[in-house]
Amino acid sequence: MATVVVQRPKLKWHEKAFVLSTLWKGLKITLGHAVRMLQGKTKVTMQYPEQKWDDQLPEWYRGAPTLVTDEQGRERCVSCQLCEFICPPKAIKIIPSEIPSDDPWAKVEKRPKEFDIDMIRCIYCGMCEEVCPEQAIFLRKDYAITGESRAEMVHNKAKLYEIGGVREGLVNKWNELK
Amino acid sequence: MTVLLGSIDLTFLAISLAKIIVLTFMVILPMVAYSVMAERRGAAIMQDRVGPNRTNLPLTLLGFKKDLSIFGMGGLLQPMADGLKFILKEDFTPKHVRTFYFWLAPALTMVPALLTCAVLPFGSELNLGFLGLAQPVKAVIADLNVGPLYTFAIASLGVYGIVLAGWSSNSKYPFLGAVRSSSQMISYELSLGLAIVPVLMVFGELNLGKIAAAQDADGWLILPLWGHGLSLGRLLLWIPMLISFVIFTIAMFAETNRMPFDLPECETELVAGYHTEYSSMKFALFFLGEYAAMIIGSGLAVTLFLGGWSIPFGPLLGLGYTPGATPLWLGLLHIATFFAKVIVFILFFIGVRWTVPRFRYDQLMKLGWLWMFEIALANVLLTAVIMWLVPLK
Repeated sequence: MATVVVQRPKLKWHEKAFVLSTLWKGLKITLGHAVRMLQGKTKVTMQYPEQKWDDQLPEWYRGAPTLVTDEQGRERCVSCQLCEFICPPKAIKIIPSEIPSDDPWAKVEKRPKEFDIDMIRCIYCGMCEEVCPEQAIFLRKDYAITGESRAEMVHNKAKLYEIGGVREGLVNKWNELK
Repeated sequence: MTVLLGSIDLTFLAISLAKIIVLTFMVILPMVAYSVMAERRGAAIMQDRVGPNRTNLPLTLLGFKKDLSIFGMGGLLQPMADGLKFILKEDFTPKHVRTFYFWLAPALTMVPALLTCAVLPFGSELNLGFLGLAQPVKAVIADLNVGPLYTFAIASLGVYGIVLAGWSSNSKYPFLGAVRSSSQMISYELSLGLAIVPVLMVFGELNLGKIAAAQDADGWLILPLWGHGLSLGRLLLWIPMLISFVIFTIAMFAETNRMPFDLPECETELVAGYHTEYSSMKFALFFLGEYAAMIIGSGLAVTLFLGGWSIPFGPLLGLGYTPGATPLWLGLLHIATFFAKVIVFILFFIGVRWTVPRFRYDQLMKLGWLWMFEIALANVLLTAVIMWLVPLK
């Protein structure tokens, strides 16, 4: 490619003597910005705690990972631990347990006894959601996860279900209907 | 001894003290604090940002639900918060500095800046008859007959603070900042002084109060449109006065180390320049000294060129100054006019700061010595020729 030699602009005398025209040019830019700002035409930073962008979050937004129950109130997780193994920062810890035989969902066989997600470690990559064969773990739109201690930042099973709520989904292999 | 004590006018002393306290501590210092805030908000407005808007009266500490914002505008208490922060920070004196001079330097920057406000006439006169004062009180702390000379003499002391800070810090960046600052201030003081020579020639007067009064009667130097200002001589003198005003303003920017000339600080090259090693209140004193110098410089420019406290077309509107017979409300209006002009000038300072990029050092010296000095000198000559051809009175 041919080299393009850019000519240095030749300054006129009134531009060289700084005060005369260049100062005016510069002031026009800065004052223009000031006027547009004062008229409220400039879009500025959102004032965060007062204004929030919750209603503008896209459908695919990846917030805090949560566990969900299905339409019959069954916890969907069968503690296969795939999410625990795929989790890149190793934020998920699952202790599986068996479902006792007198339980109406005894045929599911397993459910988590404990399910902890360490929100300090979580990187919101969404791999757990991707890998879950039961569609039990979903990334919700919660993004302001705060706590005053490390222990508070670990979401346990109860907390995960509380955020997650109910989700009706495609997986219905455990239903009576089938 | 009794004669000496008897010769002291107690009323005069009390009035002077009141003027000093009110002007310095209740007007200039709050103005310094708030010009820092105006700078931050102004910068934000010009750069499409919001700026500090969170500091309100902390009523939540007392159990209320919301902090109280003054005038519904957030952040008006930011200067208080800044001051509190500076006081609470650790005042660190590094091991390698010359302690005595290190401690002296911030005071040497702040004190001259505040001293210069003594000769500024911030209003015409106040008729305090209701307090039992027969004579109207002049709205100036010291009615000196050498006003501008006094100001220049004291203001040039300001460079000592910077030089001492740079030298006593015993480290390279402050030292470079101090060297730059001293040479810059010495170069620009020349054009600053020469720029007001034509003004003094026109008025034949060094008393700032009388200069302001003359401008009130006969039109401002850069707006000579009433009184004797409409004579041919004054209209011809408009040209050199405008040149003087421009040179004075530029030199004032350089003297106060403001943006196109802020080479002593120069964050991108010298960390923070001469106050790199300073922390907490000592740093704040440098900061405040710079802004105080800016306010008082604006006050001087306003007094010399923009008619000081005089209201434009004042005599035509019946708002002019009559010695000894100015009512109280007009006196107060004059004071308000003066500060309004100073505030507009400060806003101009702020606007220029975010507009003009910093000079290279050789360009700075070239501008000072090869342009402004010569133009100021030629301007004196031009004024003299005009005044010789068309005598003023």
